Amino acid sequence: MCGAPDQAVALPPGTDLSKETVLAGRVVAGGQPVGGAFVRLLDGTGEFTAEVVSSASGDFRFFAAPGTWTVRALSRSGNGQTVLNADGPGLHQAEVAVA
Amino acid sequence: MSREDVLVTADWAEKNLGTEGIVFLEVDEDTAAYDGGHLPGAVKVNWTTELQDPVRRDIPTKEQFEELLSAKGVSNDDTVVLYGGNNNWFAAYAYWEFKLYGHENVKLLDGGRKKWELDGRTLTTDVVAPARATYTAKDADNSIRAFRDETVDAIGNKNLVDVRSPDEFSGKILAPAHLPQEQSQRAGHIPSAINIPWSKAANEDGTFKSDEELTALYGEAGYDAGKATIAYCRIGERSSHTWVVLHELLGHNDVKNYDGSWTEYGSLIGVPIELGAGR
Repeated sequence: MCGAPDQAVALPPGTDLSKETVLAGRVVAGGQPVGGAFVRLLDGTGEFTAEVVSSASGDFRFFAAPGTWTVRALSRSGNGQTVLNADGPGLHQAEVAVA
Repeated sequence: MSREDVLVTADWAEKNLGTEGIVFLEVDEDTAAYDGGHLPGAVKVNWTTELQDPVRRDIPTKEQFEELLSAKGVSNDDTVVLYGGNNNWFAAYAYWEFKLYGHENVKLLDGGRKKWELDGRTLTTDVVAPARATYTAKDADNSIRAFRDETVDAIGNKNLVDVRSPDEFSGKILAPAHLPQEQSQRAGHIPSAINIPWSKAANEDGTFKSDEELTALYGEAGYDAGKATIAYCRIGERSSHTWVVLHELLGHNDVKNYDGSWTEYGSLIGVPIELGAGR
């Protein structure tokens, strides 16, 4: 939930975290990363905003705006979701467990 | 036109893989997705290099389209089944181009890659080398394609359906939230447009909602079935998804896809722009 840049997350060159609101995280099942999950970003009203596929290491990333977001993952291991509050620009991280 | 003329199910597709006269083409936003695994026998189409002109900002010319399909092994009488990732966005865009150039037997795999993968169906990395065919396209049917001037003229007259996300519509962001927000053109939407995000027409697994659900969705959002329609998004592929819904599934007659979309409109000098959530 914090806005401090985390160097462990690879962002595209030129990403300005003082201006951009980046939501990033990992899809896990039983503590293990889930690659190939369909990760859906829903806004504060539950409206679909975007969808990405998690990487082999389970990672996902969105470029959004400040606000309250729900990150929902669909996978062959099951589905799951978590709520993320982005209070301003910066990097906001979340883990989504599917079961 | 009925749903069976437009869509095929994953079950149907699985049974018809490798059938003579049926060509499966995969079109992804992520052009590397095919290489990581595709439907057995499916041929890759790269939207960035093959579904647009390499120099001008435009769709392929008739001649370029003929060459593309010939190279992919598609004959005029083949049934083409298009599918792709990201809820068939780019497969729907390809579908619209196929219809524009007069290919009758073209269908979308309902749910695209997503449903196929969630179902746990077979994907392969086998190399597919199609035998070259000779394809003849018809002249472009511009009754399904809107250009910028008629889009400006449509303000207050036709249904203008903005299918982007609410934050893009209101002007809060310039691109879908999974893409960097680096564009420099103006934000907002075309005045009098109604915002019906493409995603409302799709189920979570990427399949299209039922005709009854779709009719209710557009009716509640203020869509006037008695008027002509122009659909737009950012670069014209999400609006192809909605074009498929309105023109192909629901059978509305005068529905055009404005493929110039917001990247063109939002960069024009002097045209009106509206900000905020709209009506």
